[in-house]
Amino acid sequence: MTVTLTERAAKHVANFIAKRGKGVGVRIGVKTSGCSGMSYKLEFADEAAPEDLVFESHGVKVLVDPKSLPYVDGTELDFAREGLNEGFKFNNPNVKDQCGCGESFNV
Amino acid sequence: MALLQITEPGMSAAPHQHKLAVGIDLGTTNSLVATVRNGIAVVLSDENGRGLLPSIVHYKPDGGVDVGYAAQGAQATDPRNTIVSVKRFMGRGLKDVSHIESMPYDFLDAEGMVRLRTVAGVKSPVEVSADILRVLRVRAEASLGGDLVGAVITVPAYFDDAQRQATKDAAKLAGLNVLRLLNEPTAAAIAYGLDNASEGVYAVFDLGGGTFDISILKLSRGVFEVLATNGDAALGGDDFDQRVYCWILDDAKIRFPSIEDTRRLLLKAREAKEMLTSHDEAPIHAELGTGEQVDLTLKIETFADMTKTLISKTLGPTRKALRDAGLTVDDIKGVVMVGGATRMPQVQRAVAEYFRQEPLTNLDPEKVVALGAAMQANVLAGNRAGADDWLLLDVIPLSLGLETMGGLTEKVIPRNSTIPIAKAQEFTTFKDGQTAMSFHVVQGERELIADCRSLAKFELRGIPPMVAGAARIRVTFQVDADGLLAVSAREMTSGVEASISVKPSYGLSDDEIAGMLKESIEHVGDDVQARNLREQQVEAQRLVEAVEAALAADGRLLRAGERADIDEEIASLRKRIAGSDHRAIKAGIDSLNAATQDFAARRMDQGIKRALTGQKIVEFKI
Repeated sequence: MTVTLTERAAKHVANFIAKRGKGVGVRIGVKTSGCSGMSYKLEFADEAAPEDLVFESHGVKVLVDPKSLPYVDGTELDFAREGLNEGFKFNNPNVKDQCGCGESFNV
Repeated sequence: MALLQITEPGMSAAPHQHKLAVGIDLGTTNSLVATVRNGIAVVLSDENGRGLLPSIVHYKPDGGVDVGYAAQGAQATDPRNTIVSVKRFMGRGLKDVSHIESMPYDFLDAEGMVRLRTVAGVKSPVEVSADILRVLRVRAEASLGGDLVGAVITVPAYFDDAQRQATKDAAKLAGLNVLRLLNEPTAAAIAYGLDNASEGVYAVFDLGGGTFDISILKLSRGVFEVLATNGDAALGGDDFDQRVYCWILDDAKIRFPSIEDTRRLLLKAREAKEMLTSHDEAPIHAELGTGEQVDLTLKIETFADMTKTLISKTLGPTRKALRDAGLTVDDIKGVVMVGGATRMPQVQRAVAEYFRQEPLTNLDPEKVVALGAAMQANVLAGNRAGADDWLLLDVIPLSLGLETMGGLTEKVIPRNSTIPIAKAQEFTTFKDGQTAMSFHVVQGERELIADCRSLAKFELRGIPPMVAGAARIRVTFQVDADGLLAVSAREMTSGVEASISVKPSYGLSDDEIAGMLKESIEHVGDDVQARNLREQQVEAQRLVEAVEAALAADGRLLRAGERADIDEEIASLRKRIAGSDHRAIKAGIDSLNAATQDFAARRMDQGIKRALTGQKIVEFKI
């Protein structure tokens, strides 16, 4: 049971939290919505909830709520650049199929 | 696979529902686009990593358009079709543009706004600005990976309705949804205020490429309030270039530079100015079209000397803004520097001296406005949690009012009122049986209509006939968050209504805007005189008309001698109305009032008698 960040992603998350001035880490989860059933949640975490599972990756805490974990278990979060655009990318082994752009998915 | 951004807790967007919003600083010299990403405001760069987009548009014979760095080279080779500093023409007529003689464009004086004849056809400043905005929109969409829900675009605090409307039009033309127009200094304060969470009163000193703005802002508990704004719509970094350019012409004894040489030397002048920010002298080399060589060295002392008057021109409006806010230099907790021209050490020194403190420069003065606009756009697009939402208050720069009888101004919304705002005032009819009323909406500080700026005119018809002064006409002024005005008038007894959205009457000159405030202060004495005179004239005219109407109706109640006396008084008052002594008119009014007192009493008696005749006493309820 684990969710990890690549070193590059961790560096960016740490940088964003530092500039934001607060936050204990990054929260990863899933929501049931979208054209392929589920979508990712990627938010700053101001505090950990008691039931949260906390992973640490390159010095950055990743918080996952237990209901989301089965869907994102084994995910590696990467930071990527595509042309002018840049952002985080989920490499999730549980995904069976996803919509064209990958914003929502199915397991 | 889509690239995701980290959002605030609880603000994760549903798939394909990202509310991408940007802030755009549409500058005279450079433009920028910024957004809030992963909780941080960042300027979006082009594929070469450059954040600034020079506000230059080059129209090519094949109909193609180059914008930014791509157009920069064409400044020297094809100046007529290469439009720089187009912001100066926004909402402006030909006569309002300064330095027009040294501009290489083929101007066309069109209705309202100046036009530029280019190889790609006649272009309005709105279209040229739209070309710049379009490049920024495309850049933003490529950077954010989706369509924008909207943009906050910044404008100088001093922009009037015409210029704001022109900016909005340009955005629409570029396919941008304008969430709001935001005053540049206010945007800078947002960038500083939120990043540093400081409270207190701040001055924002914004010396951009073509405009100077000084704003006094109060920041407290996350609320921004603009206490006062002032500035000079025709002063900026370009003027420093112009001074250096004139010095080059003078020193190199160039009499009649060609269009290409003008452009080339202006570029050299700018480079020299920028070099002097970190050096004591700057070499200026150029080869003119004639093959003539220009080889000069500009020393920092020489530069400081020739631009001293420009720097001192910033201090006048600064002083006025402080006075408007009712504050002194000691009340200012910090000074925020905005605009590339504030990098000049002389400017920083002058500001530090005036405010007796070092100005804040920890954010890039060229980016700070775009960053603040991006933060505002982020809030307006709904990407922030409600808890730390903040309110933004802005002010109108010049009072808004109506013309009243005698060409006087009645201010409905005083200047420096925070917007959005709505205010209503009641007016009445001047003549018996008046069924229509015309409204003349003006902007300005002076007492006489002739000295203010006319914004719009409209009419209210269908007022039921009543005696003068009995109708109640409620006029409502509404200024929205963008600073645009709507006026409506409603007759309260009948409910008839008329309204107007102020269509900008383009073409108030730069000097006028800056000068209007100055004049209002200089002419306080004259204006009071003029107001007194007009008020007495209107009153006297009203009285004469009333008396004449009464004479026509009941003249037979007077003996010949009495009638002659009154006629004489009327003649004398008429003579005084034509004069300019308000005291004499007042005396005339009093005298006519006194002369007609008996007559009025007799008319009253007669009226009562008429009413009572033929009535039985029992029919009166006492």
